[in-house]
Amino acid sequence: MVMLDRKLLRDIVAWRGSLAAIVLIVACGIAAFVAMQSVYDSLRLTQEQYYERFRFAAIFATLSRAPQSLESRIAAIPGVRAVQTRVVSDVSLDLPGRTDAVTARLVSIPTRNTPGINDLYLRDGRLPRPESADEAVASEAFAQANGLRVGEWIAAVINRRYHRFRIVGIGLSPEYVYEIRGATDIWPDNRHFGVLWLGRKTLGAAFDLTDAFNDVVVDTRAANVDAVIASLDRLLAPYGSSGAYAAHDQVSNRFLSDEIGQLRVQAIFIPAIFLAIAAFLLDIAVSRLVATQRSQIAVLKALGYANASLLAHYAKLVLLVVALGAAFGTLAGAWLGWRLTALYAHFFHFPFLAYRLDARAIAFAVAIASLATLAGAALALARVAALAPAQAMRPPSPPTYRPTALDRVAAIVRLPLVVRMVARDLERRSGAAIGTTLAVAFSVAMIVVGRFGADAVAYMIDVQFRMVQREDVNLAFVRPLGNRARFELASLPGVREIEVYRSIGARLSRGTHSRRVAILGFPDSGSLAHVVDRTLRVRRIPRAGLLLSAKLAEILGVRPGDRIEARILEGRPRTRELVVSGVVDDVLGLNAYMNLDALHRLLDEGGTISGALLAVDPARIDAFDRRVKALPAVAGIGYRASMMQQFERTIAETMGISIAFLLGFAASIACGVMYDAGRISLSERARDLSTLRILGATRREIAGIVFGELGVPALVAVPLGCALGYALCVVLAPAYETETYRIPVVVSTATYAFAALFVAASALGSSALLSRDLRRLDVLAVLKAGE
Amino acid sequence: MGDVDVVALKALDLDLCEGEFVVLLGASGSGKSTLLNILGGLDAPTAGDVAFRDHRLTGASDAELTRFRREHVGFVFQFYNLIPSLTALENVQLVTELVAHPMPALEALALVGLAERSQHFPSQLSGGEQQRVAIARAIAKQPDCLLCDEPTGALDVATGKGVLEALVSTNARLGTTTVVITHNAAIARIADRVVTMHSGTIASDERNRERVAPSEIEW
Repeated sequence: MVMLDRKLLRDIVAWRGSLAAIVLIVACGIAAFVAMQSVYDSLRLTQEQYYERFRFAAIFATLSRAPQSLESRIAAIPGVRAVQTRVVSDVSLDLPGRTDAVTARLVSIPTRNTPGINDLYLRDGRLPRPESADEAVASEAFAQANGLRVGEWIAAVINRRYHRFRIVGIGLSPEYVYEIRGATDIWPDNRHFGVLWLGRKTLGAAFDLTDAFNDVVVDTRAANVDAVIASLDRLLAPYGSSGAYAAHDQVSNRFLSDEIGQLRVQAIFIPAIFLAIAAFLLDIAVSRLVATQRSQIAVLKALGYANASLLAHYAKLVLLVVALGAAFGTLAGAWLGWRLTALYAHFFHFPFLAYRLDARAIAFAVAIASLATLAGAALALARVAALAPAQAMRPPSPPTYRPTALDRVAAIVRLPLVVRMVARDLERRSGAAIGTTLAVAFSVAMIVVGRFGADAVAYMIDVQFRMVQREDVNLAFVRPLGNRARFELASLPGVREIEVYRSIGARLSRGTHSRRVAILGFPDSGSLAHVVDRTLRVRRIPRAGLLLSAKLAEILGVRPGDRIEARILEGRPRTRELVVSGVVDDVLGLNAYMNLDALHRLLDEGGTISGALLAVDPARIDAFDRRVKALPAVAGIGYRASMMQQFERTIAETMGISIAFLLGFAASIACGVMYDAGRISLSERARDLSTLRILGATRREIAGIVFGELGVPALVAVPLGCALGYALCVVLAPAYETETYRIPVVVSTATYAFAALFVAASALGSSALLSRDLRRLDVLAVLKAGE
Repeated sequence: MGDVDVVALKALDLDLCEGEFVVLLGASGSGKSTLLNILGGLDAPTAGDVAFRDHRLTGASDAELTRFRREHVGFVFQFYNLIPSLTALENVQLVTELVAHPMPALEALALVGLAERSQHFPSQLSGGEQQRVAIARAIAKQPDCLLCDEPTGALDVATGKGVLEALVSTNARLGTTTVVITHNAAIARIADRVVTMHSGTIASDERNRERVAPSEIEW
């Protein structure tokens, strides 16, 4: 066996090009798997530890005003571990050098910094001093988006009084990992909305809530959260509570968990597809590599080596390749995973990063790669085992060819001999040609899948911001106003169109299923807000009853015509029965739409409105902003353009990064496959090509043959791969789905073009490498040996 | 383990005249293949000069050597080296496409007695037939020089004779300078001139007083 091992070593040296390509494929498959898996695991762990160490609350409730004395009664509810009553309110901010309106959520923190609930992590500076009335901690995302630093002064209008605050710290809270106003917002706009934490005394004084509170967070023991919520609701009902809810309904947590859940798809499904494809490619590459050793194997058998020892010989080769690939892949995957996790942690504004690399993920990836490689080798070895040793003793008999379909054409049109050679070779070795074609097609598919997420999100942005949200500015009022407010808004500078809406928090339920949502009432004749389904059809809101997102209907288990219970979470508590009159298969959010008049009737109110969508003349937006900021009734202003920008940046930062990695892997695999196919074709044709060279053919002429044999599968692979990729996207899309996003199966033309260009580029790249091999072709060797 | 210089040829001086049929005889390792490679522009000597008519081959670039092979040299290999995916005729056409004034491919096949097998693929031909196709391929471009490396090495006696017949008759009819290398001394009798090599040098260089037809030799 010693000599066989020596042969193994020399074979490895001789095949280093092909083997390096295979090692690359294994490494990429494993690296993608390990990296994405570790990102997912780490983010989950970071979220868990963040919540635990900074005591993320278990229950949240908002009310209008309750006396401080209620706190002890809340604390007495069985199962409650800790209570924190707070003052929370949205106000308009004046930032230095800014004309547009910025909203801040002011959240009180306990004056004494004892371990509490939703604790702050300070990235910079310090907490406000108990005795000072003008110190604030700004959230990191908000501070970064607006270039705020410790020591700067900002101003806010609170209860018609002008207040100035000095930023003394930059902080993070588990409550606002995902910093959005509420459930109706889908994407953060950190430039226009952020959280400021101030001392309890400061805010109490500013909002006339010195011995009262309007918000409460509760930490529970491992008790029945629903029971605590029920008791809490009974206690808070007289104080204008909109209903307590558990952490899983909390906006930031829900979005964060959804995002991480989506990452799980990227972390598990996509690398799994990668690994499977890499496995398949390995299979092909290894079986072709072993097949080139036919005559050597015959000689070894003739010399008396048993099949078993030959099988062991090649198994060693294969396992060595996998071991190398696994080593590189694991190292690269761990490094990439760590870098990616750090990027995500930065994006999510986690205070720290808990990195986890699960040994089981590595073991799994390596096992898959080993099995795939061994399977590929086994296939070739089975053919080798059947080989008669006598084969080695005979001069090689030429492989059998016959005229192809192309030759019948050639009888009419004279085709160059090179074309005929290529055609007949492709036909005779159609197995190998199909293998190469499939391999390249799979790499094309990987590229398509890799870019699919970004395509789908781009499509969603497009639908959301060009079809659904058509307004320039969305104004939310501090509290519902009478319909007359619309005339005041109409008098603001630059306003071209106004569409008022009523939004009301409600818990929709049917049977045991329920969800907290905002019912949105839009007027019949609106043109700024559109309800658009997945196929881009605009849907009218029915005159009566609810129009629900298909996803929401699915969660509640209702169909059009069904009756549904709505517990109104604003004002006095009441429950109404509603008919689901329609379901819309939209792509974003859990929406419940109603006709504005119908909603007013439901709430027994006149023309109350919660806000308005406005189309504003861009030339007069500054004047508009100055006036709007001064309106005390306006609690929040959303700018569509800014939201869109921020979201696009977000996508570029998060998805963009992981997609770039996946594309990098897909690219390496595609290149490896092409090069390997070329190398094997070259080694199989070495004799013919050398003969041609000796007969006087130039390098360019023989290169034409090799590249032709490579080019035809590549050409076929592009459309095939695009179709395959699309099919994979169809399979993947539901896995990507969260309650917030329904990923449409959209693959852009640019993605297909990119995939095609990519194949062309890697074909050129591997051609360049192959040209080098062609130059090194030992033409004299064919004169010496039979094969 | 360092590189070991192996000297294949040394102190060697050889002129080949136009139209000659030369057999280059020698045991394996005597340097005859290296010499043939150098003559055919497949290899370059580390020292010394090689010239074809008035062209110097020493120091020629790869492209120049390719052109030299293309225009002036025909090769016949021990293992025929036909392209398996091309028919007999196409294998010959492979070469006729490369040069300016070839003989018609079918005519070349007729010269080796295989005109009727022109549409057959190599796998449908016997060893001797394959070698004759290889000869047709070599002569179809009307080379000035035909270099044959053990052309009968893989063939039985009767088939081998047939191949040698084809070489001799081509040489006679077209006047192509022909060099056949072999370790088979019996073949020497069919040549005009026999060059015997030993350890990288020419041990003897003799003219046959009378040439024998291939059919008359035995081995």
